[in-house]
Amino acid sequence: MATIVGAVTTSHVPSIGGAIAKNKQQDPYWKPFFDGFPPVHDWLAKVKPDVAVVFYNDHGLNFFLDKQPTFAVGAAPQYTNSDEGWGIPTLPPFPGNQALSWHIIESLIDQEFDPMTCQEMLVDHAFTLPMKLLWPDVATWPVPTVPICINTVQHPLPKATRCYKLGAAVARAIESWDTDQRVLIIGTGGLSHQLDGERAGFLNKAFDLKFMDSLIDDPEWATQFSIHELVEQTGTQGVELLMWLAARAALPGKVRRVHSNYHIPVSNTAGGLMVMESVQ
Amino acid sequence: MGQAVQQRKIPGTYIFDAAAAMKGYALNKMCYSFNSAENRAEFVRDEDAYCRKYGLDAAQAAAIKARSVLGLLAAGGNVYYLAKFAGILGLDVQDLGALQTGLSKDEFKARLLAAGA
Repeated sequence: MATIVGAVTTSHVPSIGGAIAKNKQQDPYWKPFFDGFPPVHDWLAKVKPDVAVVFYNDHGLNFFLDKQPTFAVGAAPQYTNSDEGWGIPTLPPFPGNQALSWHIIESLIDQEFDPMTCQEMLVDHAFTLPMKLLWPDVATWPVPTVPICINTVQHPLPKATRCYKLGAAVARAIESWDTDQRVLIIGTGGLSHQLDGERAGFLNKAFDLKFMDSLIDDPEWATQFSIHELVEQTGTQGVELLMWLAARAALPGKVRRVHSNYHIPVSNTAGGLMVMESVQ
Repeated sequence: MGQAVQQRKIPGTYIFDAAAAMKGYALNKMCYSFNSAENRAEFVRDEDAYCRKYGLDAAQAAAIKARSVLGLLAAGGNVYYLAKFAGILGLDVQDLGALQTGLSKDEFKARLLAAGA
């Protein structure tokens, strides 16, 4: 059966793409964020994943309000990045793994989750930038991917409890996949930030740090909060922590913290990073 | 129509709920079209015609014309789509933060920095 090697959760702010394109990783503004990643690269070299399952949220590139799925699973041979309206450089296409995509889809529906299935899917910065942060120097992507998109655009958003259960259902799907593949989980988004409204610029370091700790010590801690309470505590876009929660739930059993980093500000966002793996 | 569960208002915060989704549909559809460089160029050539093509109502068209971020939110705009309009204007999210809070961009950036201390 397939093995889940662990999870990486990270922020996905668009301007990270600009910083990479302009080679600003060691500028004083960006250094505290980018310096979080070499330990992740070392860990990836050690655990050697064959494929990655990526929980992320679309920002109005692939999905519009005409058809807005709560959960969508990619089942495409490859995923293409595209212009999001700001001229950030696009990245080369990402190969898919259709066998794993359909295995996850079939298993999720068997477990009474009912995602939209996508044989064509554009992926935006929330998917592409974490891939570039994890593998900054490769000419071709070293692992194929299965994107899983969670709606954070149109309320009502899926509840934290539901996202946690989704992650756990994805873990069961992967663990029942009859291969010897090593599967990495990625969760992208957050942490606290709010772009819109008079409260724009809202950040909540205390909550973010508590949330990061909770993923290790008490993983269901954040599921006590309603979406409204999460928006209040973390900002209208800080609610993207749902991706982290799903990613954590996709790790079976107890986990240990391999690495973490936290820095304010990355653009308007609290930049968070964690690597977790199940305790054997 | 609206939220099944009545929520208290979070100050300075717009929840993009059913009411906003209906109210803002035309505006958001226009902003979604800005994913394409060709559409962005068409908008820049004749903003009024482009707004008419997407059927914006008077409040939405006025907020586009005035570059009023808060006006666009009040007219049902969703931040993820509005960000593409901001892209046409060459505004980053600190510019947008400054416009919405009444701070200068430097003051807004200082506020972000202070939150990390």
